[in-house]
Amino acid sequence: MGLIWMLLAPVIIFYLVKSAVHNIGSGGTKDINQPVPWIIIITIFTPIAIGLMIFGYYALKGEYDHLPESSEEI
Amino acid sequence: MASSPEKGIGKIIFSSSLGTLIEWYDFYIFGMLAKTISVQFFPEGNSTAALLSTLAIFAAGFLVRPFGALVFGRLGDLVGRKYTFLLTLVLMGGSTFLIGLVPGYKTIGIAAPLLVLLLRLIQGLALGGEYGGAATYVAEHAPANRRGYFTAWIQTTATLGLFVALGIILLIKTNMSDVAFTAEWGGWRYPFWISILLVGVSIYIRLKMSESPLYAALKKEGTTSVNPIKESFGHRVNFKMVLLALFGAVMGQGVIWYTGQFYAQSFLENAVKIEFMQNREILLWAIGLATPFFLFFGWLSDKVGRKWIMLTGMLLGVIFYRPIFGTLLKDANAKEWVAEHDKKSEMSLIKSTAKGDTAFNVKTGLLIINNVDEQWEFEGNKFIEKRRDTLIPAEGVIASASTSSVGNSTDFFLQVIPDTKPSYSNIELNNTLKWKFIFLVWVMIIFVTMAYGPIAAFLVELFPTKIRYTSMSLPYHIGNGVFGGLVPFIATLLATTFTTDPLVGLWYPIGVAALCFIIGALYLNNKIDKDVND
Repeated sequence: MGLIWMLLAPVIIFYLVKSAVHNIGSGGTKDINQPVPWIIIITIFTPIAIGLMIFGYYALKGEYDHLPESSEEI
Repeated sequence: MASSPEKGIGKIIFSSSLGTLIEWYDFYIFGMLAKTISVQFFPEGNSTAALLSTLAIFAAGFLVRPFGALVFGRLGDLVGRKYTFLLTLVLMGGSTFLIGLVPGYKTIGIAAPLLVLLLRLIQGLALGGEYGGAATYVAEHAPANRRGYFTAWIQTTATLGLFVALGIILLIKTNMSDVAFTAEWGGWRYPFWISILLVGVSIYIRLKMSESPLYAALKKEGTTSVNPIKESFGHRVNFKMVLLALFGAVMGQGVIWYTGQFYAQSFLENAVKIEFMQNREILLWAIGLATPFFLFFGWLSDKVGRKWIMLTGMLLGVIFYRPIFGTLLKDANAKEWVAEHDKKSEMSLIKSTAKGDTAFNVKTGLLIINNVDEQWEFEGNKFIEKRRDTLIPAEGVIASASTSSVGNSTDFFLQVIPDTKPSYSNIELNNTLKWKFIFLVWVMIIFVTMAYGPIAAFLVELFPTKIRYTSMSLPYHIGNGVFGGLVPFIATLLATTFTTDPLVGLWYPIGVAALCFIIGALYLNNKIDKDVND
């Protein structure tokens, strides 16, 4: 499953960028037609997507098979 | 802290929860009064003001809240919980009160939206720091076997903050005219001014509180973290848990929370077209009746573990959102009522107003338009039908079921061509339907209570004391502020892309909750951590 989480991250960013390009300047007056929300959303989502990739990598490596049970393990 | 006496916990919960509730109240009133605030500070047609308005909406929720979580989380782990969440309260209360004092755009020009944006960003920053502190503070006082129940009180505050904000705004609105409410120094400012009183009381109470015993012990031993951000996100094992908390729990909880409490309200108003006051009434009842379940599921999580209660809440949302929202849309469909029933025999006209207008059509030239607003009643439900009937010159007197004539019989006649696509709004449901709607919204808030009730205890138990504030605050605010806050934006995006399905916007919360459910089910542990002293 780790691989799925890793692949999901670039798919999300691709979809966001594609949607931004499609909707900005398409003549609408909604928030989705303005560049500022997209800039903010893509800016905040990029590190989140990278986090999802790292999460997938950890999952792939089996790092979540055993979760720490005390702070000694952290 | 198993040895902590339970008798003092009530005071601790009260003082922590009250402040958090007030912070939520402060944050919500801005959103609820967005329309009026927009008129006063961000006038249409001014591109700079429009940009500032967009920033106020998006930056405060998406950028500044997670940033506030980092700033105040770090501070909370460095100097202590008590002073940090005291500071967030002062910042939140102060900025809310000041928003209520900023003169409108008409008076001070562009300085008005600039000041409001700045204050809104401070609000977002403060909110980012509040929750982690309050949840940590209560959890670090609570006995291990009742941690879920005691922290669930903190979980009620976000919903009760919404309840109080709705209640105060409705109370003010019902006691003055619309003009008095929306004037530059009108009633819309009162909720902002009231905040300073609430915050004053809360600060007084919080000042009397002592530091969290676990944190105080660390401080005494000199084992507090020197760099909580580095330890939270730079150490692989802890960072791994931050990611798990976000993708396996808080992300799904955030969308369930937002959909049940906010999207439901905006859906009823904008898609179902329920009348403003009745919409608020439905939400108030649903929230009021569902809030005790935060405590119930917090209590239950102490008995059976946190994981499956939270995940069940998400799964129920995934399964039932489309049927519930579909029912809301179908049961209050005035268009269908008109199409399927005879207006003359089965409905009664309550009120009718008409206003003349002109329009230009390329083929036929100038047209006379009659804007008709008719209020109808059908089986105890009221609704307004808005039509733009076209008036065209006609020969002789024409009168039939579908057309009628107006005008002076000696001059000319105008034949009325009724609008074929009237719009329906201001739907006031009869008592039976209203309670059905309250029940359906209540069910969605029950999903919220399942996903959200135990999450504070779950997050607290995931991280060690010395970096707890930082580690739990960031995923919480990304999950709620970013994933949850994006629900209306992505819903609009989906609705614009796929225009045939009125419920298409729900695929975003359903998808995120489903993903979170799978991740949580696979990787989370249902074990209750008895020892948070480490």
